[in-house]
Amino acid sequence: MSDITSQSLTSIVKNIKEKKLSSEDVTKAFVERSEKSKELNSYISEDFSNAIDKAKKFDEKPNLDLKLPGIPMAVKDLFCTKDIRTTAGSKILENFVPTYESTVTQNIWNEGAILLGKLNCDEFAMGSSNETSFYGNVQNPIDKGLVPGGSSGGSAAAVSGQLTPITIGTDTGGSIRQPASFTGTVGLKPTYGSCSRYGIVAFASSLDQAGPMAQNVEDCALLQEVISSYDNKDSTSIDFKRDQYSKDLTKNIKGKKIGIPKEYRVEGMPKEIEELWQKGIAYAKDCGAEIVDISLPHTSYALPTYYIVAPAEASSNLARYDGVKYGFRAKGENLIDMYEKTRSEGFGAEVQRRIMIGTYVLSSGYYDAYYLKAQKVRKLIKNDFDEVYKKIDAILTPSTPSSAFKIGEKKDDPVSMYLNDIFTVPVNLAGLPAISIPAGHDASGYPLGLQIIGKAFKEQEILNLAYAMEDKINFKNKISDWWIK
Amino acid sequence: MSIDLKTIKHISKLSRISVDEQKAEKLAGDLNSIFKFIEKLNELNTDKVEPLTSVAETTLKFRSDEVKNQNIREQIIKNSPEDNEDFFVVPKVVE
Repeated sequence: MSDITSQSLTSIVKNIKEKKLSSEDVTKAFVERSEKSKELNSYISEDFSNAIDKAKKFDEKPNLDLKLPGIPMAVKDLFCTKDIRTTAGSKILENFVPTYESTVTQNIWNEGAILLGKLNCDEFAMGSSNETSFYGNVQNPIDKGLVPGGSSGGSAAAVSGQLTPITIGTDTGGSIRQPASFTGTVGLKPTYGSCSRYGIVAFASSLDQAGPMAQNVEDCALLQEVISSYDNKDSTSIDFKRDQYSKDLTKNIKGKKIGIPKEYRVEGMPKEIEELWQKGIAYAKDCGAEIVDISLPHTSYALPTYYIVAPAEASSNLARYDGVKYGFRAKGENLIDMYEKTRSEGFGAEVQRRIMIGTYVLSSGYYDAYYLKAQKVRKLIKNDFDEVYKKIDAILTPSTPSSAFKIGEKKDDPVSMYLNDIFTVPVNLAGLPAISIPAGHDASGYPLGLQIIGKAFKEQEILNLAYAMEDKINFKNKISDWWIK
Repeated sequence: MSIDLKTIKHISKLSRISVDEQKAEKLAGDLNSIFKFIEKLNELNTDKVEPLTSVAETTLKFRSDEVKNQNIREQIIKNSPEDNEDFFVVPKVVE
């Protein structure tokens, strides 16, 4: 069975279509491996026996024309799944069972996939290490005691540890790309407006985007094709012509112009990251791309901007958790007391911190100095990208300023934790698509990722670049199955 | 600029999150280090910059304004923490 879980999605789909494997074979293999992988703490909720039943039902009358025929998969616990508990990693939603389905997951089930369970994440997707989850740390399959990144940490660990063939995460400031980089997997953050936000627990609405996470670029392209759709239930969903990402995937990237932004060479960046970047540039040249030096002058202002905009939107979005309509409720002497205790006991420390920051920057007397200022700087950051994209097709950078760190290492220093997202945050502020692909290892054998940033709606372009480079890089994840019981 | 305990208490009131003394001190420390980091934005002159309000450069689509009776009252009430068939229940607000 273990040879099933090590296969790529594309190969499993092929085997099911050629009737060499049944959905039941595949589902049982992933369930079995997931059962043995409790130590990773990837799952918040499991739905294994239902998954096997659904697989059997699929096999009785298999529709092999679907894109994900009988494919089992687990999803981040930020997507509302009808009749399946959805917690967003928070105590406040511990008993929340949605009565509706998110559009993105519905698109997946419509193509024949089967839910395995809901994956761990930082509380309300606020974190870069999965340590803010009410349901505990997730272990990185790469090494014991190592964070998988965040906020889609459970998702990244589950793909990397082969508990699920593919998964979906969400990315507000790097929450797909940073954990992909930390676990040696591929993660795509699509253009803002590409994937519907309907039914996704909201964090920062102008930044949040769902996206695919997988073992390789081809699988990622296929999943992106399935999840991306125009949806009138999300007012910011954009009705643009979506490509057949997996069908149109090509390694021919001859003549593509790739920009190298000098501002991403940040102070204190480890030598191995710089070397990885240089190697990436060489690979891109090898593939026939043309390298262009570029400047994105406002890069260093992206993180401070993000830490105004994201908490501001979060403080507003999370106002709905008041203990009245759904979720946890604490006892209070009166209505206000009930609100205050519910939110104080129901939210974890990081979420409270961000609600407080957001409330402050939006409060009377500080709005102009912080929030309006940040919105203006956000415009400058977007202008930087608009300017360089007149001359180039994509941008190549490292995904993160370091490899995965130890659990507990940065927990008490919020600013040093935030610095993890230094290369990923500008992309969200500008609403662009970007993909992280594994590209090498550091001295400890921990994976390192490269990020390719594209023009808005040009997912196909960056998938092609990633596909071509992946072939040259020929990355192999070093996983010993240390956690298997 | 520094955020003192009085400000923390004020924000906690606005956020409807109760904060005791110990938590207030920890929060003041955290918020001060975060705001020190955010102050970097003041290096930039943004007097002539228009604020960005949406990354998507398309006009939002209109939909028809029609009443739809989806008959989902039961579903809406289903997750409420205090059980009642017809209403959301809160602590008494009027004597």
